[in-house]
Amino acid sequence: MSTTVFDQAQPLAPRAALLPSLGAVYRAQLSRARVARIPLLFVATFQSIGILVMMRGVVGAHDTEAARDVVAGSAVLVVAFVALNLFAQYFGRLRATGGLDHYATLPVPPASVVLGTAGAYASFTVPGTLVTAAVGCAMFQLPWVHVWILLAVIPLAGAALAGVGAALGLLAPRQEIATLLGQLGMSAALLLGVLPASHMPEAIRWLRDLLPSTYGVEAFARTFTARPDWALVTADLAVCAVVSVLSLALATWAYRKAATRA
Amino acid sequence: MSTVETVAAEPRAATAAATTAVCCTVRDVVKSYRVGRGAKATEVRANDGISLEIRRGEVFGLLGPNGAGKSTLVRQLTGLLRPDSGSIEILGHDIVRHPDRAARLLAYLGQESTALDELTVHLAIETTARLRGLSAAAARTATADVVDELALGPIAGRPLARLSGGQRRLACFGAALAGPRPLLVLDEPTTGMDPVARRAVWSAVDRRRRADGATVLLVTHNVIEAETVLDRVAVVDEGRIIACDTPGGLKAMVDGSVRLDLVWRDEAPTNLPLVAALAGRASVSGRRWTVRTDPDEARELVAEVTRGPAFAALDDFSLSTPSLEDVYLLLGGRHEGLEK
Repeated sequence: MSTTVFDQAQPLAPRAALLPSLGAVYRAQLSRARVARIPLLFVATFQSIGILVMMRGVVGAHDTEAARDVVAGSAVLVVAFVALNLFAQYFGRLRATGGLDHYATLPVPPASVVLGTAGAYASFTVPGTLVTAAVGCAMFQLPWVHVWILLAVIPLAGAALAGVGAALGLLAPRQEIATLLGQLGMSAALLLGVLPASHMPEAIRWLRDLLPSTYGVEAFARTFTARPDWALVTADLAVCAVVSVLSLALATWAYRKAATRA
Repeated sequence: MSTVETVAAEPRAATAAATTAVCCTVRDVVKSYRVGRGAKATEVRANDGISLEIRRGEVFGLLGPNGAGKSTLVRQLTGLLRPDSGSIEILGHDIVRHPDRAARLLAYLGQESTALDELTVHLAIETTARLRGLSAAAARTATADVVDELALGPIAGRPLARLSGGQRRLACFGAALAGPRPLLVLDEPTTGMDPVARRAVWSAVDRRRRADGATVLLVTHNVIEAETVLDRVAVVDEGRIIACDTPGGLKAMVDGSVRLDLVWRDEAPTNLPLVAALAGRASVSGRRWTVRTDPDEARELVAEVTRGPAFAALDDFSLSTPSLEDVYLLLGGRHEGLEK
């Protein structure tokens, strides 16, 4: 009987493949920047530059641990603002307004939607992060020969934070809570990333170690020294990469759960 | 023994014949929601045992007021919600067991456009086509065709969020058409559209039906739309289907009766015996009285209210043949919510 039904059943249209649909989502999301995101990127960049100016009042220039942390933390903060805060808001809104139905009724792998969107959001942050790093290096008189490391830090820290942001947005019971959680995550990235770790109490330092952006900040901060320890930089980036995989897997699971809330 | 086999074989043959002609079968679908929290939570039955059959190639409608359970039913057909109980089969596939297959069988136009709002019309359609599994080249061709078909050219470069409600709806409809599907599920597709856009929608639907034999499931609360475009319609009220037939067949249920609408200038002159007699039978909505009656009595009533003191108090009147709204009322549906 089941064979009979199968013979008569309409053949299913093909699924959208992972990479092409990831590309399509990425391209569509990137185009949103022209419409909606540019003002927010200015906000993100000015916020980080404002923190640099403020910290310059209390931290001396030149190659001190504090100066390195402030510059690296402010630059990665741009990523945290966009990837964590805005991303949580975006998915929170999409879920609350029924926008997820659009994707859920297309034969597209959840990972394509999450990764494509996360990739686009991480890309938005590139100019702001580079500008913040350049301004920071100038203000604190740090060398910028290794600023290129940001090209590794942005996608890795961006992916890790975007995964967390998406999961917060998709799992929060209400849109306002998604916004609130995104904001809290960003505040944590701000306080724990910009302030030098050696000045923190033990408990706060543990919390700092739990935050994915910390490893991006540390990787970047290490490259300001005269002779960077590349093994440690690589290790930090590796932690970012592992957390990225985990957090994006979490986000994909959350998407699946939110899209088919049965 | 042989008798038993024959009996067993017959329904099987019948099922086999039916599956070729049937696009979608819904059996006893029940879906409840919890409303409120904690002790105050109450359970609402959005769908209370719905069964229906949609034939291949027909335009089938779900008509009912807001909150009747139409969208809930559609969300189960599209695999977005799982029914509490009951079965749903689309083109030979069990959608309750394999909700993911719905996306590969049907195109869905929901009521919301937030996923596409910040994209340009062109990119929204092209991206949707890509995510529907089309290659880059095929998606570009499909987009160009849809933009052309729906005359979206002048607004193709503008983001959806900056369009009027009707234009945005048309763009989303375009996205639903990008990439072929044997079943189109359209939830109130023409909301906010001007007559030109509405016509574009119905021509596009008709073209797909004639050229590809596509089946269309349409959700609407617009009576005129239901009467003009649907092959068959299921009338939904409070989570149940209260009737299912062709619009003509449904209207035959109230055949022989006509509707007389009287609109008074202000208060109805109930001191007149004729008007006082009508007061008991008319359904009153503000200054408007609606009376359902047979054509002969209607003619007499019109003659009487259009002379003397009754006519002086009368602002407007109309006599009309029954519509699906009358059917809906006859079947005991609530009055509010249908759009004429």
